[in-house]
Amino acid sequence: MITYPKVWFAAAAVALSFNFAGARDDGLLGLPALDVPSDNPITKEKVVLGERLFNDTRFSSTGKISCATCHSPAKAFTDSPLKTSKGINDLTGTRNSPTVLNSAFNLTQFWDGRSPTLENQSLHPFVNSVEMGLKDHAPIIETIRNDPAYVEAFKKAFNGIDQGKISMTEVTRAIAAFERTLIDGDSRFDRWYYKGEPTLTANEIKGFQVFIGNGRCVSCHAVEHTSALFTDHKFHNIGVGINRIPGKDLAQMAQEFLRAKYNREEVDEKVLKNPLASDLGRFAVTLEMTDMGGFKTSTLRNIDLTAPYMHDGSLKTLDEVVEHYNRGGASSDKEPINPYLSGGIRPLNLTTAEKKNLVAFMKTLTSGKHLKK
Amino acid sequence: MSRNSRRDFLKNAALLGVATLPMSLVRLSFAKSGDDFTFAYISDSHIQHIKGNQFVRNWDMGLKRAVAEANLLVPKPDFVVYGGDLAQLGTKAELDHGAEIMSALKYKTHYVMGEHDYYLDLGAYWEKLFGPQWHSFDHKGVHFIVLNSVLTHHHWTYERWPTAERRMAEMSGLDNPNGSPFMVGEKQREWLKNDLAKVPKSTPIVVFSHSPLQKIFKGWNFWTDDAEQVQAILKPFQRVSVIYGHVHQIQYNQIGNISFHSVMATAWPWPYPQSYALAESHLPVLTVPMNRADPFFERDATGWQFMNVKTGRVDLTYQLPNNTTRTVAFNAKTGKPGDIAYQEKTKRIPPQDHY
Repeated sequence: MITYPKVWFAAAAVALSFNFAGARDDGLLGLPALDVPSDNPITKEKVVLGERLFNDTRFSSTGKISCATCHSPAKAFTDSPLKTSKGINDLTGTRNSPTVLNSAFNLTQFWDGRSPTLENQSLHPFVNSVEMGLKDHAPIIETIRNDPAYVEAFKKAFNGIDQGKISMTEVTRAIAAFERTLIDGDSRFDRWYYKGEPTLTANEIKGFQVFIGNGRCVSCHAVEHTSALFTDHKFHNIGVGINRIPGKDLAQMAQEFLRAKYNREEVDEKVLKNPLASDLGRFAVTLEMTDMGGFKTSTLRNIDLTAPYMHDGSLKTLDEVVEHYNRGGASSDKEPINPYLSGGIRPLNLTTAEKKNLVAFMKTLTSGKHLKK
Repeated sequence: MSRNSRRDFLKNAALLGVATLPMSLVRLSFAKSGDDFTFAYISDSHIQHIKGNQFVRNWDMGLKRAVAEANLLVPKPDFVVYGGDLAQLGTKAELDHGAEIMSALKYKTHYVMGEHDYYLDLGAYWEKLFGPQWHSFDHKGVHFIVLNSVLTHHHWTYERWPTAERRMAEMSGLDNPNGSPFMVGEKQREWLKNDLAKVPKSTPIVVFSHSPLQKIFKGWNFWTDDAEQVQAILKPFQRVSVIYGHVHQIQYNQIGNISFHSVMATAWPWPYPQSYALAESHLPVLTVPMNRADPFFERDATGWQFMNVKTGRVDLTYQLPNNTTRTVAFNAKTGKPGDIAYQEKTKRIPPQDHY
């Protein structure tokens, strides 16, 4: 494993000592230090280039879709209120667009964590048949090499790189560098929790008590002493999506995966393309039964802006999310509890007031620096 | 990091061989690959009745998960063994509820009697549901024996307690001076002798019991009082494996020709988390109860395992949630089972010492 040098942002210092008078107001309060890979340092030129690539619609088969289509700066870098993302020719995928804000802190990317880094992540949507629809990455490189402004920008960002040497390595590094600047802390919660300012109402504070107490939320949506990303970076089956797979299909698909694993073969394309397979979640990546129906714990920062919720966007409001957890992993009273449910999910018996305050608390996690009106 | 791409994962899987499950899978492999077979092992679910139609949810979920995952197994196991303590207090309600969850299994299942199943009605209702308390069967060249190893003295069983409920309660406690040591008993030992009389000494023998057929710690009945006598009956056979439940933790040992393996529980681990800290001591004097302030991840330190009965010896692969998969295999050099990736002290996961 490569060890990355730690780049300490001012926010870390602020968070470590909230008495620190006159701390820089850089909007990073409550965030940990960011790990930046040593082979992709953040520079101004690279970030500007990355932002341009992020917003360029030419890197799609119809010339209409960019990264920003589903990760819109105007929508907290999601495509809220869409349930699942709309890509090429209005084709819809199976997963709800996660926010790019603070994704730099994720230990894995995508809802099922199949991508280890931001650099690796951005390779995939270009060539996904329902996202940006390219057959391969060649058209991207061609467009860039034939655009003098891009050639110049790549030269500036990558040590005077030759036009003919620009590759997806530089493209994805620039996009990742841009994404690493999209980090936002300093929410009302951060000011209250890490600086002791009176920014929360009594009910919001009660909601935080539910969050770390009866609600059991903090067990996965972690809050640390000096910073809070509101995720444990792990994968849990919380009873979302998996109930959509008929038992027979689940057994058949799971066995296809396990047979491939046992025989040390690749999983058949047909199985991977089956839309039902999407709800197998992390299992389809690791082929571990403990990961059946598991999805990554998402951050709660800016959660008020990113409805609908869960990997499939199946819950419209934060109230519905709280009800889902309160039932112990079911979206309605009729829905069965799936046997692969994560060990931490159980009925909570929250009162109406507790549920209301919990939702009020989650709405204190909005931070605005990168939000465009 | 290896989990991040399926391709990497598949590479690793090639090294591990068979994979992960919420129960034990036993694989028996022989010289001719056509004779290989596997079986699955689920144990210690402690289905507990609260009142009416209410049961302890966590114990239910542990067993449901094991059953669901067993049904997905590739390759398909030839049969399943249930290792005992399906119920907590041996009531009809608990045994029925447990049997109902188990009925979702798609395989023939052999049941072993646990003390929590037995001491209310001395196994009467259990027998109606699951068949005889001890029996043997042959499968693809291996002789399997199921014993009831949780019997005890006649006086304690039939005369000491005013009610059956009291008897059950006394036997279900740990460190209980009113308890009594488990035993196979003379009658069953005679049956075992007769059963084995017709079996060639070269046939691999696999014995299923609820308690260890060895003496580990009497206070918790990690113990069978006539263990030496049972071992003596098994001694003439070249390859003998004893697989037991009851202990809710991983144990393995070798006595003479007999390899011993425990299986994990689907209900709760015993104990948690100090078991790591005490791994160095020879006796499992594990007097610390489970004391996580909020045991959030309910499946932690519970589980199930694959068993691979290579050349008639049992190898177990333990699937540990939130932990590294471990394999305990028979080591021909040392003549006893051992962790195939025995870890130096510095590489071990340190015990949790704060809450």
